[in-house]
Amino acid sequence: MRLSSLRIAHFHKAQMTQPCLSLSGVSKSFPGVRALNDIALDLYPGEVTALVGENGAGKSTLVKILTGIYQPDAGEIRIDGTPISLPTALAAFEHGITAIHQETVLFDELSVAENIFLGHAPRTRLGLIDWRKLRAEAQDILSSMGAPISPQTRLKDLSIANKHLVAVARALSIEARIVIMDEPTAALSHKEIEELFVLIDLLKKDGKAILFISHKFDEIFRVADRYTVFRDGEMVGAGLMKETNEADLVRLMVGRSVEHVFPKLDITPGALVLNVSGLSHPTEFEDISFSLRRGEILGFYGLVGAGRTEIMQALFGITRPSAGTVTLDGRPALARDPAHAVDMGIVYVPEERGRQGAVIGLPIFQNISLPSLRTTSRAGFLRLAEELALARKYAGRLDLRAAALDQDVGTLSGGNQQKVVIGKWLATRPRVIILDEPTKGIDIGSKAAVHAFMSELAAEGLSVIMVSSELPEIMGMSDRVIVMREGRMAGEFSRTELDAETLVRAAAGIVEEAA
Amino acid sequence: MKPGTLLRHRELILVFAIVVLVALIALRFPAFILPRNLIRVFDDTAILAMLALGQMLVILTRCIDLSMAANLALCGMVVAMLNAAFPDIPIPLLIVAGMGLGAALGAANGLLVWKLDMPSIVVTLGTMTIFRGAIFLLAGGQWINAHQMSDSFKALPRNVFLELPVSTWITVAVIGLFALLMGRTPLGRAFYAVGVNPTASVYTGIDVGRTRFFAFTIAGMVSGLAGYLWVARYAVAYVDIAGGFELSIIAACVIGGVSIAGGIGTVAGAVLGALFLGVVNNALPVINVSPFAQMAISGAVIVIAVIFNARNERKRGRIILKKAEAEARA
Repeated sequence: MRLSSLRIAHFHKAQMTQPCLSLSGVSKSFPGVRALNDIALDLYPGEVTALVGENGAGKSTLVKILTGIYQPDAGEIRIDGTPISLPTALAAFEHGITAIHQETVLFDELSVAENIFLGHAPRTRLGLIDWRKLRAEAQDILSSMGAPISPQTRLKDLSIANKHLVAVARALSIEARIVIMDEPTAALSHKEIEELFVLIDLLKKDGKAILFISHKFDEIFRVADRYTVFRDGEMVGAGLMKETNEADLVRLMVGRSVEHVFPKLDITPGALVLNVSGLSHPTEFEDISFSLRRGEILGFYGLVGAGRTEIMQALFGITRPSAGTVTLDGRPALARDPAHAVDMGIVYVPEERGRQGAVIGLPIFQNISLPSLRTTSRAGFLRLAEELALARKYAGRLDLRAAALDQDVGTLSGGNQQKVVIGKWLATRPRVIILDEPTKGIDIGSKAAVHAFMSELAAEGLSVIMVSSELPEIMGMSDRVIVMREGRMAGEFSRTELDAETLVRAAAGIVEEAA
Repeated sequence: MKPGTLLRHRELILVFAIVVLVALIALRFPAFILPRNLIRVFDDTAILAMLALGQMLVILTRCIDLSMAANLALCGMVVAMLNAAFPDIPIPLLIVAGMGLGAALGAANGLLVWKLDMPSIVVTLGTMTIFRGAIFLLAGGQWINAHQMSDSFKALPRNVFLELPVSTWITVAVIGLFALLMGRTPLGRAFYAVGVNPTASVYTGIDVGRTRFFAFTIAGMVSGLAGYLWVARYAVAYVDIAGGFELSIIAACVIGGVSIAGGIGTVAGAVLGALFLGVVNNALPVINVSPFAQMAISGAVIVIAVIFNARNERKRGRIILKKAEAEARA
């Protein structure tokens, strides 16, 4: 009977010594990138294991392998010592593995009860859904969790915290044994986080093995029993929480060998170009002030969701700040919309290249000329020869690898698409270029090309803002770094003061700086 | 010139299909391929072709305009009433007035889609009914008949100039202007960009709403022009003229390879799509196919065209997916 398992039976200590899920030698590569290399990970029943690592360390890839979305290239996954394979999401579900994501992936238009039992709803003798039983069981589960949610409520009417509760209820209903929590607190308030912790305790007492992924050290030390640290796709440390401390974890996370030499040229920053003062947004960021000089590369570091992208979108006119001023060369330069920003000379290379950056479906040359059509046309009519010449010029400068300029930009590799997006903006002759995660998900070769090019541009007098979550990139390329945390500036460091541990601490809020 | 050789390939298929169709008909009715008859068939299709071009703009931007036929009927009624009341107004001026009114009605659609962010299918479903209702109110439910229209009003489209009727020349001019718009202006480029990737278009400084507004306005202007041509050609204006024609317009676009998902479509394709429908509709009665079978055949053609389109788009989708996976590795 399903409900009996919910009456939180206290767990027998004896079982805790054996891991219920065990990974060994797991590797996963994507073209040009080794995402996971020979990973080992053990999860124990009734315990929380924290998985920590920088962005790009391979945490998400691991979650996708455990939930049956990616297949590992090598390695073994065992449940209770028996090797298993997870070819599909359904297989993971049947093995009792469930995941709760940052933004819960459930069905907004369905009721809470339907969400909990989707795919395994109780049936009547005729094979139809037994709605009365479904609601009653949903109510039982929610009550056992102490969750103040009615099973009939539609999911979209719930807060994110309550959606998490529904996800947990779902985990309980399928008698999941392994619960993966992928940054579950990222969108929660303090009070909601407390409630989630109570729930985690409940799950522990019920004997679930929990994998807890978070960037916030206070949370990790609060809920986790064990830790595993990933760095660059490798497992670099694991152990008991009570035998470690923040400093050690940070050291494990960032302590890398510098294998990539950054082509940063030394520059003397020139005249003041961009000045941002007191920029605020009702929900995303507050009191952001910084300046940018000619030829300077200013790095923005922080955790995902720290408000960096939102600031850049405000500078580019995508969103409207509620307060603050922006000046470019001393003149007011708060963009009304992106076209206005481009006119003033502020351009933005967005993070999601495929969705926001490249206009996939249009040929390369049209992508490059798209924001410059006014200059390549005469009397309102395009001059195709000029357009092609412009495209050829910037494709050449960026060393674009493409068979022909009239091929669809979607047929290019990620790195070459990024070159097209950068090229299209350079063609507008900007004063300030904002690069948001410029090398995310592109191969090493293109990465180096983008870095070299950034350096060259700065040397030519362009001012660059680079948002990046990759520490080596931030440290290797920036003249100055601003660290963001939870929508506020958590620190500003010049190139000479850059130190990996300091940056990570500021971003994670371990040292309270300018809170 | 626009996305991919596949599409150009597809237009060749359409040309081929039309030629085969005409040849088959000619086997039984040689008179069908007399130049005079072919000109008549083209002229018969002229209104559909220009409307398909207007609709193509709207569909390219991921919208749809269901009100084009009602817009046509309203503009047709207004110019007919103007002509009946003031027979001295020169016809070119009437045509300009019809286009202006059509553009204004289209702009109303565009504004609702742009400023209120409403789905175009809902907006134009509403305005379609409003436009029809407006005709009834304006004319008090009366018809404007041939005898109320001036002779020059009725004669202009049929006047022959350099061997071809004026209405055919007007259509040729419209096709030329559309080719120029789509191939050689920033606005034409914006229609494609907004359609293939609205988000990236925003991030490139293109105002998606404004681009859609222009698409609706131009579609409306074409509807206004078509309104005059329709009323003059059939020498009658009443509430229900061109009833259901909005679907033929969309069908012409779909047959011509305009993707309902937006971003894909060419001037040649839309015109050929209209021409194909025109040949089918003109030829089937000639070879004694019953009107009901005609409807079934027209419908089957549309479904086949959609299957073609779906195959094209799946190709596109695969590229995007490959990319999505490449990005997920981050």
